Amino acid sequence: MTEPVLSARGLVKTFGHVVGLSGVDLDLYAGEVLAIIGDNGAGKSTLIKCLSGAMTPDSGTVLVEGREVVFRNTQDARAAGIETVYQTLAVAPALDIASNLFLAREQRRPGVLGTVFRMLDTGAMRKQAKQHIDELGITTLQNINQAVETLSGGQRQAVAVARAAAFGGKVVILDEPTAALGVRETGQVLKLVRDLRTRGLGIILISHNMPNVFEVADRIHIQRLGGVAGVITPQSHTPAEAVAIMTGAMTLEQPVRPDR
Amino acid sequence: MAQTLEQPGAAEQIRKARVTPSRALHNILHRLPALSPLVVLILAAVAFGLANGRFYRPENLSIVLQQAAVVGSLAVGQTLIILTAGIDLSIGAVMVLASLIMAKLVSSHTVPGPVALLIGIVGALIAGTLNGFLVTRVKLPPFIVTLGTLSIFTAVTLIYAQGQTISLPAGTFITWTGATLSFGAFHLTIGVVLMLLLYVVFAYALRQTAWGRHLYATGNDAEASRLAGIRTNRVLISAYVVAGGVVGIAAWILVGRINGADPNAGINANLESITAVVIGGTSLFGGRGAVVGSLIGALIVQVFDNGLALAGVDPNYQVLAVGILVIAAVAADQWIRSVKS
Repeated sequence: MTEPVLSARGLVKTFGHVVGLSGVDLDLYAGEVLAIIGDNGAGKSTLIKCLSGAMTPDSGTVLVEGREVVFRNTQDARAAGIETVYQTLAVAPALDIASNLFLAREQRRPGVLGTVFRMLDTGAMRKQAKQHIDELGITTLQNINQAVETLSGGQRQAVAVARAAAFGGKVVILDEPTAALGVRETGQVLKLVRDLRTRGLGIILISHNMPNVFEVADRIHIQRLGGVAGVITPQSHTPAEAVAIMTGAMTLEQPVRPDR
Repeated sequence: MAQTLEQPGAAEQIRKARVTPSRALHNILHRLPALSPLVVLILAAVAFGLANGRFYRPENLSIVLQQAAVVGSLAVGQTLIILTAGIDLSIGAVMVLASLIMAKLVSSHTVPGPVALLIGIVGALIAGTLNGFLVTRVKLPPFIVTLGTLSIFTAVTLIYAQGQTISLPAGTFITWTGATLSFGAFHLTIGVVLMLLLYVVFAYALRQTAWGRHLYATGNDAEASRLAGIRTNRVLISAYVVAGGVVGIAAWILVGRINGADPNAGINANLESITAVVIGGTSLFGGRGAVVGSLIGALIVQVFDNGLALAGVDPNYQVLAVGILVIAAVAADQWIRSVKS
């Protein structure tokens, strides 16, 4: 079996007396979609915040391709190839698609224009933005200069996912990417998720939507009360069983390993 | 869920998005926020020219520019703050304080002009930094912070001035901004040229540098920008500090314009700078607008002032007209922000 692209061992995070994570292990392999499900307060958000650098665990280790890493902030996680698409999308609505793709990663002109006058290489960024979007199958995007706020929810989500995919070298974390979307738009985002998997990225998908999870996930990591209730696959268990495990009505002995 | 697989992808969705006339206008106004104020300025200029042909005389247009120089410069700093979704009510008070520092150092302490200028600008930078610190570190709303510092800086100015007005001779370094540059029949001052330079520099910085883009993004949605990896606090404080520097230059222009310093000279400059920015199409909600709009806004105010006077209309109508323009500009901004697909 290949090495996990991202793994966590014994993550603990407490908030005063409240236990967010009580020693959580997680493995994510390249080219798989690992869904994380769990009831409210089960520690889903805390877990992905620890993996994306938005939070530092009290103890436990995070490993990228087997090497231990410490993320002090989201920039550290980005540098390690882990991109996160937040539930709030984290796009600037008034800026255009290209500007949003390169937000906080702007490229400057070569030469004196870039070094002394700090001039942005808008042309190159637009070209690359178009390339990234084409690669993701969002072809014939007529206007890369279109403001993000003029896009539909699904299209905005596509921009956020495209940004993560364009720069996420290894892992893309998606927090409730379909929560605010209609059926059609949800389909578009799930298609993007599959495309990313095909490109060999490891994907963590946090979702409340069981049909979505069972449609797209390779494995399902179930959080319960700050710990791991089990790891299942859509083949090994039914959605009803997953919910039962999630709520504690059923327990799972053996975590399921990916069969790839 | 199998059906969702056959749904058209995001690409088709985007291709299908129709461009209605209202959407087209929205897109244009979005890309060129200074367009509507420019139309207002042109219409006003045409109307006042028809009312009185003297309006178009180069001498008269020169006066309009000269009158716009101080508020126009101040509006550059105000634009930076408003783009971050903030507001600076203290900006005029800081300018008066800085102008007083410059004038007083030269007149009563016989400090060389360039040194006095530098100390005045440093004073304005410190004031801007204080505002920025209170907004970003103490996490107070910009409105409250600058309402407070408005009183503080005004009081410091009055205490420092001790009721005096300072007059300085024209033709010295510190009053150099009042010196006239003639281009044919046009008589610009160094102050006007400095103001225009400020606009060139900041139009470039806002459009062509990452700093400018981050300023827009932070004003547009601070939390999203932070999650995207922008150090938003750093961006915010930089806006206040840089605005302080701009205010320092505005103070120099003020000293040249009135040949000295008067603690009561810039009493309305706070609100006038906000008026110019708002009429210029920059959104009070942040993240939208263009700095050149503020120049147009400042010019519109002066054009109304000048044009109505030449047309023999009661100058109070200028105040009325500016009020209507402010409301119209904010209404237009609401529309621009509200149109969604």
